[in-house]
Amino acid sequence: MEVREYDAQNYDVIVVGAGHAGSEAALAAARMGNETLLLTINLDMVAFMPCNPSVGGPAKGIVVREIDALGGEMAHNIDKTYIQMRMLNTGKGPAVRALRAQADKHAYHQAMKDTIEKQAHLTLRQGIADRLLMEDDACVGIVTNTGARYHAKSVVLAAGTASRGKIIIGELMYSSGPNNSQPATKLSLDLMDQGLKLRRFKTGTPPRVDGTTIDYSVTEEQPGDKEVNHFSYDTPDSIYLKDQVSCWLTYTNPTTHKIIRDNLDRAPMFSGLIKGVGPRYCPSIEDKVVRFADKDHHQLFLEPEGRNTEEWYVQGFSTSMPEEVQQQMLHTVAGLEHAQMMRPGYAIEYDVVEPYQLRPTLETKLVRNLFTAGQMNGTSGYEEAAGQGLLAGINAGLRAKGIEEPFILKRSDAYIGVMVDDLVTKGTNEPYRLLTSRAEYRLILRHDNADLRLTERGHELGLISDARYNKFLVKKAAIENELARLNTVRIKPSEAVNAFLATKGATPLKDGVLASEFLRRPEVNYADALQFIAAPATPLDRREIEQIEIQMKYAGYIKKAEERVAKLKRMEAKQIPANIDYDAINGLATEAHQKLKKIQPETLAQATRISGVNPADIAILSVYIEQGRIAKVSS
Amino acid sequence: MANTTTEFDTIAAISTPPGEGAISIVRLSGEDALPIAGKIFKGHDLQKVASHTINYGHIVDPDNDETIDEVMVSVLRAPKTYTREEMVEINTHGGIVATNHVLQLLLSHGARLAEPGEFTKRAFLNGRIDLTQAESVMDLIRAKTDRAMQVAVDQLDGNLSRLIKNIRQEILDALAQVEVNIDYPEYDAVETMTTKMLLEKATTVKKQIEQLLATASQGKVLREGLATAIVGRPNVGKSSLLNYLLHEDKAIVTDVAGTTRDVIEEYVNVRDVPLKLIDTAGIRETNDKVEKIGVERSRQAITQADLVLLILDNSEALTDEDRALLTATNAKKRLVILNKTDLPVELDEAELQQSVAPENIIAISALTATGVDQLEQRIADLFWGGIDNSQSTTLVSNARQIGLLNQAKQALDDVLAGIKAEMPVDLIQIDMTRCWDLLGEITGDAYQDELLNQLFSQFCLGK
Repeated sequence: MEVREYDAQNYDVIVVGAGHAGSEAALAAARMGNETLLLTINLDMVAFMPCNPSVGGPAKGIVVREIDALGGEMAHNIDKTYIQMRMLNTGKGPAVRALRAQADKHAYHQAMKDTIEKQAHLTLRQGIADRLLMEDDACVGIVTNTGARYHAKSVVLAAGTASRGKIIIGELMYSSGPNNSQPATKLSLDLMDQGLKLRRFKTGTPPRVDGTTIDYSVTEEQPGDKEVNHFSYDTPDSIYLKDQVSCWLTYTNPTTHKIIRDNLDRAPMFSGLIKGVGPRYCPSIEDKVVRFADKDHHQLFLEPEGRNTEEWYVQGFSTSMPEEVQQQMLHTVAGLEHAQMMRPGYAIEYDVVEPYQLRPTLETKLVRNLFTAGQMNGTSGYEEAAGQGLLAGINAGLRAKGIEEPFILKRSDAYIGVMVDDLVTKGTNEPYRLLTSRAEYRLILRHDNADLRLTERGHELGLISDARYNKFLVKKAAIENELARLNTVRIKPSEAVNAFLATKGATPLKDGVLASEFLRRPEVNYADALQFIAAPATPLDRREIEQIEIQMKYAGYIKKAEERVAKLKRMEAKQIPANIDYDAINGLATEAHQKLKKIQPETLAQATRISGVNPADIAILSVYIEQGRIAKVSS
Repeated sequence: MANTTTEFDTIAAISTPPGEGAISIVRLSGEDALPIAGKIFKGHDLQKVASHTINYGHIVDPDNDETIDEVMVSVLRAPKTYTREEMVEINTHGGIVATNHVLQLLLSHGARLAEPGEFTKRAFLNGRIDLTQAESVMDLIRAKTDRAMQVAVDQLDGNLSRLIKNIRQEILDALAQVEVNIDYPEYDAVETMTTKMLLEKATTVKKQIEQLLATASQGKVLREGLATAIVGRPNVGKSSLLNYLLHEDKAIVTDVAGTTRDVIEEYVNVRDVPLKLIDTAGIRETNDKVEKIGVERSRQAITQADLVLLILDNSEALTDEDRALLTATNAKKRLVILNKTDLPVELDEAELQQSVAPENIIAISALTATGVDQLEQRIADLFWGGIDNSQSTTLVSNARQIGLLNQAKQALDDVLAGIKAEMPVDLIQIDMTRCWDLLGEITGDAYQDELLNQLFSQFCLGK
């Protein structure tokens, strides 16, 4: 029998999916004052972590900080629920340092759900979106599987891997969302009817084992940091967790690999059962063994799924081998000889929207007022999803409020900007993961300065409270004042200074130098410099000191990067008119013509980043645009 | 990675038609036109002179203080210029070789070689040209670009391309290793890239680039000839030697001092070394106005010369003028030729040997052609000396390539400076990446995904 549709409530913004993208999108839209509906297939899976129980890491950790500076929730939520915190790359430069936390995944879900439930203007409801409500070329709402017609001014889709999801374990294949949840089977079909192009991607997750059956004594402990760090700029140092849970390192071995090779005919990756494209950077263990046949071992990290569970995640062991083979494989690994597998690993195939069909606001070019975010756009990772969710939520919120000026993050603004620009300009042929090497301005896009880069904009959007903003302004002023002071105060070549330098094995001072120059010496830090100059009126806190040291010590590199950014900004300022007719431009090379038509770049800078568009094409395009501009003025 | 900032680069090009004109013009346009020109110009401070003035001075290579040419430099400040940007026009006098050299210096010091039609394009974009001309600008860009690209590809020597690809691959391996260390800090199957390893890599790569640049000057010589000045006081036998080398009577040979008045450039192949011979009027203090021009040119010829053949009269004692010439050519690659061995010896060879290595002193008689064989052999030895003949084919052939190679070398210097200042690997890597990008511009490979592909094909990464 046909489900009878009915008119349900009207909202400003509807967000479909309450994973990491959807949660951020809904919170942002609601915090901007929009009446927002957050619809999810299963209320018990809000901000659920179907894969690794951790947040952050290189590039991703910086995204979490950016989300925080823009008034998003991920940083707060992990700071409430982490069970281990580690700063990575401490031996390297400031641009690549990154924080990573192990999450209590149940607490993480619970805390996010709680925040969403308490948020004003936000309604959380269980349901499945089956199709869009359309008026002309614009989306005006959604219809659920229970027949409810919700109307809204804008809609964000963040369906994750639920879109026609299919789980594969050995020869077994069945329709399912992540972690055996109910899949969304109809929405994809409707999107294709609207003209959107979809494709199939694949990802996977490792088995979980019972911690009481692990022999930790033959593995290597990976404890958390003693030194205090949190993701949110708002979280006080004083609540840093002392009682942290360790991870454990172990390895596969030739016996593991032999079992995998002997069973390759049963591996869906190789038997042809899996059609979707998987990520190179997150290969299954069977993929690793085949592609890197000369390696006789691979690292595995045993990660706790939470404080109140004995389930452990076997990082590095993602697999879709048949269940019995998975169990055999596990038993070959040191420490897991007697491990009980609680859930098998699996591969999951799902639909994604080809992201080149999106604008830098994450609105689809085809359907007005429809935004997509997260894994649905071909990315992988909670942080990547959350960053997009926030951006899409903000833009959907602005649209609902009738504000024309969109919110766009450029490549030089944030890692989120790098990711979105990559997605909409180049599309992606595999699940996209952020890497630091994708950012050309990574020295500027540091995790320590995300607040300095973005708090202002978060405040303008109404996502950062005045109280927090004022605190930020104080910090900013303290840094600027101290930098200025260090550029005027001099340090004389006194005996004390040179005695100090001698203890560091450094060359003595011959003449007086500016404190800033003194600080640029590799062996000197801020506290050292303070021995020889007066203290500032108000002592700086550790984060302010970090800024002083980074901005002084790496000033030369930072300046070079900023010069490049300044040049780039001028190219970004060259807008390509939305109604440009590429067919009317003579002289574009065929490939460039096709690509420009497909991607529809919004600025000349974006056009230069499309592969196959050459400098001559850009030259012709810029002349054509200028010609149009003059023609308009003169007519 | 895609270069998105080209719109605002300062561009340079030779604006006069190719070939030997009396004057050639090298043109610069863009906001850094004045500072870039200033780096290689000796004369007034170009940043301080008034706009639309023409300024006398010299182009000097800041790396070795070598004077390249005597020039007039027009300073044209925005917006009253052809492109409406800051412009500098350098009028060169030293022929196509010097002009190319000037262009190459500009490209090594921050300018980019202009794309075809780019000056006109900028003029248009900055509102200097009206709408009716826009179509023709686009046609110009299209037509010229296709041809220029073909030419650029044709000019790219297969060996050079292979060499640069090898160097890039070496850098890429290092970059990938750094990236893996950063993005997968816990991945233990890859060695941690240390600054020490980067230092070794940068040093090796720099050496390779310097070798390429060395073959560039070889290549230039093979193409344009080894600029060779024959100098000596009047009537020591300069023209006789030239005539002998040319095997025809191009220069006027007389016994009256000062009759060879015009600078004659002739090309001659000496044992596979192409010499561009510059005859001179002799370096002699003189009040004769006609002669003076020739003398000035002789001094210039020495400056321009890659090789100086200094002729002395073996039948006379060394004069002050001879000694002055010995001093003037001291820093040059030179051969001292003792002519007129058919006459009685008067010259004190011991004095000569105080400043000239014996193997570079060659006795000949231009009249009877004795000793000329040894001279030719010595020229060939000097040129090919220390160079493996099989490698000496022209590799790096144009100013653009040389400019990019020089910039790549500078990026490596920045790498080395960063290592010395104990900067962390990931910052040093910024300049290493820049070197890699610049080399990629030479071969036309600047595809960012290369790095990611390298990362994932070389290392087994992931959860």
